[in-house]
Parts: sequence; structure tokens; C-alpha cells
Amino acid sequence: MDKKYQPIIGMEVHVELKTASKMFCGCKNDPFGAPKPNIYTCPVCLGLPGALPVANKKAIEWTISLGLALGCKINLFSKFDRKHYFYPDLAKGYQISQYDLPFCYDGEINTSFGKIRIRRIHLEEDTGKLIHSTINNKKMTLIDFNRSGVPLIEIVTEPDIKSASQAKEYAKKLFQIIRYLDISEADMEKGQMRLEANISLQIQNSKTKNQNNQLPNYKVELKNINSFRFLEKAIEAEIKRQEEIINEGKTPTQETRGYNAEKNITYSQRAKEDASDYRYFPDPDIPPIKISESWFESIKKNMPENYDYLLSRWEKEYGAQKSTLSLLFETNTQSKWLDGLFSYFKKQNLDTKKLINFLVNKKIKVNLFVDNYQKIISVFNQSISTSQIDEEEIDKAISQAIKENPQAVLDFKSGKKNAINFLLGQTMKILGKKTDTKIIIEKISKKIF
Amino acid sequence: MKNKLTLKKAIELIDKKEVSLKEIYDDILKVYKEKNKELNIYLSFDENSFEKAKNEKNKPLRGLPIAIKDNFLTIGFPTTASSNVLRGYMSHYESTVTKKIKEAGGILIGKTNMDAWAHGSSTETSDFGPTKNPRNPKYLPGGSSGGSAASIASNMAIASLGTETAGSIRQPASWCGVVGLKPTYGRVSRYGVIAMGSSLDCPGPITKTVEDSAIILNFIAGKDEYDGTTSNVPVLDYTKNLKKGIKNFKIGICYIDHPDISSTIVAKKTLEAGKVLENLGAKVELISTSKTLEKNKILSHEYAIGVYTVVQRGEVSSNLARYDGIRYGNNRSCFGSEAKNRIILGTYTLSKGYADKYYIYAQKVRHLYVKNFKDLFSKYDVLISPASPSFALPSGASQGNPMFGELQDMLVEPSALAGICGISVPMYKDEETNLYLGLNIMSDYFQEEKILQTAWAYEQKTNWNEWKNI
Repeated sequence: MDKKYQPIIGMEVHVELKTASKMFCGCKNDPFGAPKPNIYTCPVCLGLPGALPVANKKAIEWTISLGLALGCKINLFSKFDRKHYFYPDLAKGYQISQYDLPFCYDGEINTSFGKIRIRRIHLEEDTGKLIHSTINNKKMTLIDFNRSGVPLIEIVTEPDIKSASQAKEYAKKLFQIIRYLDISEADMEKGQMRLEANISLQIQNSKTKNQNNQLPNYKVELKNINSFRFLEKAIEAEIKRQEEIINEGKTPTQETRGYNAEKNITYSQRAKEDASDYRYFPDPDIPPIKISESWFESIKKNMPENYDYLLSRWEKEYGAQKSTLSLLFETNTQSKWLDGLFSYFKKQNLDTKKLINFLVNKKIKVNLFVDNYQKIISVFNQSISTSQIDEEEIDKAISQAIKENPQAVLDFKSGKKNAINFLLGQTMKILGKKTDTKIIIEKISKKIF
Repeated sequence: MKNKLTLKKAIELIDKKEVSLKEIYDDILKVYKEKNKELNIYLSFDENSFEKAKNEKNKPLRGLPIAIKDNFLTIGFPTTASSNVLRGYMSHYESTVTKKIKEAGGILIGKTNMDAWAHGSSTETSDFGPTKNPRNPKYLPGGSSGGSAASIASNMAIASLGTETAGSIRQPASWCGVVGLKPTYGRVSRYGVIAMGSSLDCPGPITKTVEDSAIILNFIAGKDEYDGTTSNVPVLDYTKNLKKGIKNFKIGICYIDHPDISSTIVAKKTLEAGKVLENLGAKVELISTSKTLEKNKILSHEYAIGVYTVVQRGEVSSNLARYDGIRYGNNRSCFGSEAKNRIILGTYTLSKGYADKYYIYAQKVRHLYVKNFKDLFSKYDVLISPASPSFALPSGASQGNPMFGELQDMLVEPSALAGICGISVPMYKDEETNLYLGLNIMSDYFQEEKILQTAWAYEQKTNWNEWKNI
């Protein structure tokens, strides 16, 4: 039996926005930095009787910026809806989210494996956090509402992802763009970025190959993954698990699974009911959001240069690789600083490509994004001249050492490998300072042979 | 008896030093002690509130005692919405409206009974026992703001605050023979008011006279940064043009041609009220009721019952979700049967596959009322109708009738659904039962000034208001 399986993967990524205040109230948005539980709370985010939400304008603007960065269309008339479900960390018995009019829809992200369509990006509020602990020998569940009401965006893709490595590339790219826009720290360890993958397998054989594009009749949701590496491994493990089930002639169960990194397996968390009913309806407490042309224009105007365009431009102008360049910065404030530095270098006819290499490999000691450009130029120039002088000096010293120690040279030639260490020691003595010993050993052996 | 003073008069006499605040508080306390047990108006009452009032003499409300419906979150009093679920609940924040009243020098003297969660029009569904109509204790005060209306009718407060979702201010005002103003949706902040039907809820004054309602509205109206549904439309001084008269006002009389009403005393008295307004210089016309949306006709109130029921029950089921038994001390079995009915119906109408058929559809019909009123107010300054289809009903009338409230409120439901403003003023008293009928005066969005002017002119011209000459 020679069956081939095509993984069909869609992703849902939640990201906490780093606005100063929460989504629907003025409370400080810093659940991770809070010194104590339940201190950044008020009637609104505690869901007290009579409290009303007022939407955070900045969070709306940032959501739209991300949408624009991902080539989305924007709903200029949008609204918030109530999504009802019961859970102790959900103070109001419903989450304020967006149902049929998300701020952004129909975007895309390019990966080296192909394009991934973004179905929608919507804005909602995070929930509180349950803490299970034992107090006076009694098992208790405590609730911390510091996180309740933190702005949360959800980015949903179409099921366009075909492999674990593509999923990883997608998630990484999304992370880079979010960091570049500087709208979230997106620290997965802190739960500021949460990855979920929906995975199913399509059986491909010669018969079905050209048939319709129907999706498999089940999907497994993979949750609680807190790094890009684990995302890739978890998806791989899940694909393998599903293959085995299908090979037995069965269909994998529709469910939510977690990932155990130690054992590198996925495990069942809960069966997903097919007909979850959140009883969505427009939140009557929040008037519909109309984004006026002037507001929309100002959001567009405040957008930094597109991340991909920026890297392409730099690649073209300075000859460094995109992957190298992307290591230099995260946020657009940083990229703007670098952009200024690079053009300053270029204007002075300095070797910008060399500078980029020095910076990436940390060959020069400068405070990126802090030092002024002139200082960086002088450090750069110094390092170039010292490295040139060193070269000459080293060559001279090696020649002298060889000349003064013919016996050691003979020994080395006849196969006594230790002899080179003696020559190294002599060279160092002549140089009188520390240098990279590897380079010197290389140079000595080159000179002798 | 200084407790009978209107807000306006009390301020005046305090300033002239003809009446002391102490006298007013003493008289109110006296009637409270005499009658509250029987009438069950206050759920909580601060007998020492004069101590607080003393220091407020220089503020606009002069430290005068104001009764507050028990669905306003207040510091210092329990806030229960008359439900066992919140029995004993002490809020640690204050509603915007009560905060504004306090800042203006008003003293919250106590919290008044209501239908539990404001679900009802009788104040019989309170988990803390029914309130009786002070005009005749064998009868209902109406509701859900029955306690506040009764506090005025019994002179147990100088002024009071209620809330209306559809009729909950105007219907009890009508039944208790007092004045009740339901402002435009978004004119007064809902922050800190326990939510019932969030797209409809509206706090407003229940007072002895029209002028008192205008005074209270001055203090509570306005944009609130804590309530995104409040409006930026500038707040007027509603007392400024109050007495300007209604000469050349175009007034339409609504609903009295409907077969259910046309032959009743309610229709007759509304027509008489129309005559009074005409004599005051207004141009008064009858508007015919139509079952379809037609120009210059008013859309039948009959659909409003269905629309209102679906919209409000849906919102109720969502708003009560937070009382999940984890917080607030009392579990979900404390919900009364009316709340349970509403939660079940609302949950059903919002469910997948049903929301389009019910909630969304209802919102579409709701929009027809908006259009209808928009059309009518392009022609008329104000519209009048009976506030309620009947006099107060006897105690017990609401029991076993799940649609009791909707039937009582049907004449004010279209305006509540549209979100326009309305005021109920006494328009007749039956000498035998001592019970009242109310005239409902409505106008376009944020035209509170017009309904107050009309109501004031009417109040002055007629003898139904017992306080106006005190």
C-alpha cells in the first residue's frame, strides 16, 4: 500500500498587545510585571455589576496596522460582539470579541514554501488566570485578574500550510512582523504569543490527486506550544500519529491536543464538541466602530516601511543578505536607526557591507541604537586599521620565529605535530600580545609547507 | 409637613431660611417609620443621613434626600437589584449618576425596592416582598421602579432616581401619580447601573413635579467617559426654557384609535389632555395607528412587544451570565423564576440557528420604529399617548402572567426601542380609588427640553399634580 499524506494545517495565533492600558478599561496592562495578583483591576475588568467597557483606541489602531502589514483588507465599519461561555477566569460570563466583522481580513504572508493566506485578524480581551494551589492542605483554585481585559489579537490563516517547517517559518515571520511593528513583546514564555495549529491529513494517491479540494472531515487542534522549535516538532509528531491511525484504516478523533516536549508526543486534552455555541451577538455596550477616512489615513501614515521591502532594499543597497540583516534589529525604531546609520556610512564612502558583517558577528564593540553614528564610524575605522596592522605584524613575527628555530621547523616537517606549539609560543613571544592562536597556527603551517 | 416640599420649593425655602434641612429630614424619617413597613418602599434606609446632609447646604441640591432605585451601585448601601443573588452585596464603586447626585449635594437616603433585576412592571417580583401603591395599598405601584415612584407618592423622599428599559420609569410614575422622565438613550450614563437590557436601559428622575425632573436631569445628564454609549450632544440647562410655553408646537396624539384602547377612559383622558394642550396654543392632531410603516401614521405598538421581548431577553441572558455562583456569595439557585424564564428564553433566541430568526430579525423590526419616529418628528414637535393602558392593577395581578410587564408597557415600548425621550405626568385621578393615569409625552432624540416644556405647561394648566402649589 503506497499512500501519501498531505498535511493540511491552519494556524491560529493569539498575541497580547503591549498598550499602556487594558482593552476596555484604564487599568495597567502589565500582568507579567505585576508584583501581586489582582492589583491591576477595576470594576470593568473584574466584570462587576454595572461596569461598562470602553474600547482602547490604540489597540484598534495597532490591530489595523498589523492587518495592513499583512496586506489585509480593513473593515472600516466594525463592531465588538459578546462570545458566551462559562469558565471561572471569565469574569462576565462572556468574552468581548469580534464575530462577523473583524477589523482585518484577506491578507497573506509569504514563506519560502509558498504563500499563506490570512483569513482574519480580530481584536478581543484576554481572560484572567487560574492558579491551582494547596493552601492549608486544601486544594484550591485562585483567580488572578491582572490579565483580564488585556488586549488580545487573533490571527487566523486559511489551511494553506503544508508542512511543519512551513508552519514554523510562518510563525517566525509573523513574530518578526509583530516585533517590527512594536505592538507586542510576543514573548512566548510569558504567554504573549500563543500558537495553535489545526492539523489534518489528506490522503493522496493517483486516483484522488485531481479530484476536488475537499478538506478532511476532521481536524486536530494542537495547543500550548511555547516555542517555534516545539511547534515544528509537535506538528511532526502529530502528523506521524495521524498517519499511523489512518494506516490502520481509522479516522483520527476531532479533539484538542497538547504537546509533551520531553517525550516528543502529543496528548489528548479534550474532545472538541462539534456544535460549540457561543451565542454571539453585537455587544450593546460598545457602539459600532466607524473608522473615518482621516483616521484610517493617519494609521497608514504612522506605519513603518513594509518589513519585506525594507530588507529587500537594504539587500540591494548594501549587498548583505536578508537573513543576516534581520538579525540586526527587531523593532521599526531600531530599523530606522540602522537605516540612518547605513546611509551615513554610504555617504562617507565607507564599506557598509563590512559594517553589517562586523555588527552581526559582534566584531566591534558598539552600543547599537544608542551610540551616535560618528562614534560608530570611529570604532569601525579603528578596528579596520588595527586588524590590518595585526596582519603585517603577525606575518613578521612568524617569519622571525621560523628563522630563529630551524630545528623546530624540521621536527614539524618530519611529523612531530607538537613542534608547531613551540613555534606558536615563540611567535606570541615576539608579538608580545594575545591574538587568535588558530589563525597563527594556520599561518605557520602554510609558511612551512 | 416639610417632607411634602418639592425639590424646587425646598431649595428655595432653605435659602430663605424659612425651612431647615433638619425639619425636612425629621418629617421624612417620621413617615418612613410610620409607613415603610406596610408599603415596603425602601430595602435599605439611612436614618442618620441628616448628619451627612448638614455639610452640603452650599451645594446645588442643598443636602436634600434623594431615593435611589436598588440597581444603582452605591457605596455605603447594599446593592441587590432586589434579587437574593446579590443579597447583602456591598459595592466598592459608585455609579456615575449617584456620584453626580452626591457631588451636587444630594444625599442618598436609601435604596428602593424594584422588580428583581428590573424584570417586571409591578414590583411584585422583588425577592424582598412587593411594594404597595401609596395611593391605595391594595394596588400595585407598577414597576420596575415601583419603589422610587412610591417613595415620591408617599413623600418619603424629595426626589428619586429610577431606570427604564421600556416603561419602568413612566409606568410606575403613571400608577403612583408622580412625574417620571425617561431621557434619550445615551443622555444619562449607565455606568454603575446593574444592566438589564443594555441597548435600552436608561436612568432618569422620578419626582413630584416636572420642574423637579428638569433640575435632576441637569445634574445627571451628559457624556461619561466610562460609558461608550453616552452622547456628546451638549447638555442644556433644562430649567432655563421650561416655562417658555408651547405655542405653535405641533403635537400628535398616538395609539388611542387602537381597538384595545379606543373605548377606554384612558383614551378619553388622553384626548382631553390634547384639548388642554391645544388651548395652550399647540396644534394638536390625531395620528392614526398603522400595521405597516406608513408616512404620517404611527406604527402599531403590537410588534414592539415581540421585538422588545426578544431583544431584552437576549441581553438579559447575557448580562446575568456573570452571576455564576463563584462570586457575590450566593449561588445560582437564588435566581427567582422570572429571571430564570428570561435567561432560558434569551439563551434560546441567541442560540446558533435561532439568532437570525429571533434576535437579528427583532433588531430589524426595531429599526422600523426608529424610522417611523424619525419620520413623525420631522412633522411633530412632540407626540402624546397614554403612559399605561390602565389604572394601577390590584396586588397579585402580575402573578401567573409571564407577559404582564409587556402588556402594561406596550404603549411606551416603541419609544423605548427607538431610544427617544419621554415623560409621564399625572393626567387624571379617580376619586373613588385614588388612583392615577399618566400622560406620556415623547419627543425626538435629545429633545428633552420639548417634553419638559410640554409637560410643565400641561401640569400648570391642570389640577392633577398635588404638589405644584405647595
